[in-house]
Amino acid sequence: MAVDHNVFITEESIEGETAGPLAGRTIAVKDNLSTAGVRTTCGSEMLADYVPPYDATAVTRVTDAGATIVGKANMDEFGMGTTTETSAFGPTRNPADPERVPGGSSGGSAAAVAAGEADLALGSDTGGSVRCPAAFCGVVGIKPTYGLVSRYGLVAYANSLEQIGPIANTVEDAATLLDVIAGPDPHDGTTREAGADSDYAAAADGDVDGMTIGVVTELFDGADERVVETVEAAIADLEARGAETVEVSLPSLEYAVQAYYVIAMSEASSNLARFDGVRYGHRGESDGNWNESFAETREAFGAEVKRRILLGTYALSAGYHDAYYAKAQDARAWIKADFDDAFESVDAIASPTMPVLPFELGESLDDPLRMYLADANTTPVNLANLPAISVPAGTADGLPVGLQLVGPAFGEETIVRAASAVEDAL
Amino acid sequence: MSETPESDADTADTAAAAAAAVDAEEVRHVAELARVNLADDEVDRFAEEFADILDSFAALDEVPETERDEDLINVMRADEVREGLTQEEALANAAETEDGFFKGPKVS
Repeated sequence: MAVDHNVFITEESIEGETAGPLAGRTIAVKDNLSTAGVRTTCGSEMLADYVPPYDATAVTRVTDAGATIVGKANMDEFGMGTTTETSAFGPTRNPADPERVPGGSSGGSAAAVAAGEADLALGSDTGGSVRCPAAFCGVVGIKPTYGLVSRYGLVAYANSLEQIGPIANTVEDAATLLDVIAGPDPHDGTTREAGADSDYAAAADGDVDGMTIGVVTELFDGADERVVETVEAAIADLEARGAETVEVSLPSLEYAVQAYYVIAMSEASSNLARFDGVRYGHRGESDGNWNESFAETREAFGAEVKRRILLGTYALSAGYHDAYYAKAQDARAWIKADFDDAFESVDAIASPTMPVLPFELGESLDDPLRMYLADANTTPVNLANLPAISVPAGTADGLPVGLQLVGPAFGEETIVRAASAVEDAL
Repeated sequence: MSETPESDADTADTAAAAAAAVDAEEVRHVAELARVNLADDEVDRFAEEFADILDSFAALDEVPETERDEDLINVMRADEVREGLTQEEALANAAETEDGFFKGPKVS
């Protein structure tokens, strides 16, 4: 290997079954998915030595299906970041350009696939964390409909928004991995019956003849011109294959990033209270009382995690709850309604996955607001609980550009089909 | 960053009014509520950043009140004894244990 991309936090082989739909395939697993007996750090000092006593359901399903896990992939600390630079284990480099970030937060997962260190990868997507690194690294990533994939064993950041999703070199491979991990799980009460007998891989047939694709004007506004040109060319390819495109307007999306961050930070401020240094994880040296010891233990969080815990605590505190959290929930409901209306007349919705090309390493780390705003196109999908795929649309200045296709709830087949046509045209 | 007096901070009706109220003292107060120790330079840095971030969040003021009727049902199961972690497994990651229990810091 010529360049060390710092893809894995822990390199460890976990053998799968000998037969199954993933037999002979290697897979990288994001380090917030619990692996029995193999440390699971979430990219944090807090869990640097944490060894889970059980497997996440998604992990059990991929090894039962024959895949061999080759390592626990690097990630932004607890999934909080868009670049994989907030990891306590150092940044991952983008295999397409080692001076640039791979995107985040599942940057190690996408980079592992792009660099050929694994055939497949599992990531998790709370506000774009599968689709962003897929777009930046030039691979395929799917954020499933909320409730399609069990979150059991996924270390929680913002429960109401996140799903585990597949990353692969091709749409068909990503869909095959989704077939393996999808379906109900008694350990996660938010899973549905959907996905139990899925065959998403069969939908990767490239046949978009007669499909109607909505092109969201709001998600092209303000995007980098080079990104827009590349994505528009890919959409033109879909038209050439018989798809009809119509412009759609979803005015609520203007508020998606703000609503997403208020809700995600609020949920994070509560979720991360579990890291008390008593049951697992790092513990401070303090011999003070519970509150003093707790506050000292939590010094071990990185800056971005502290930032989100504090802003979430602030947004939920007396006097501010109505101004932030309640308003963000209104925006979430409005965004859902806007998507529902759009899907009355279109089969899928297209946009750039990321409005920008991959950042240079260090470029956005000291400007959190700039990093948050890069999530403008991905966060609406999590707020509306919908499925979306990022598929390579081509390159601009030699850097990968992703096209995002959003489908109606449990409409994974439609977005897999449309994405496979984009892939065929490249 | 504004010099808005503390007294206004507790009565912010809108995000815009709240955003104007962030200063180092407010950051220290929230950090105490959240039980996260901060170094002095972190406090200053966060106060500056939070003013910008909350100013951006203030756009939510423009969002109309929206009907939020979720089509949700409770998912219940029979309350039956099932296999779980052994006591040894449950304690394996703890910093300190005593007689098969987690040992935490003193409560007061």
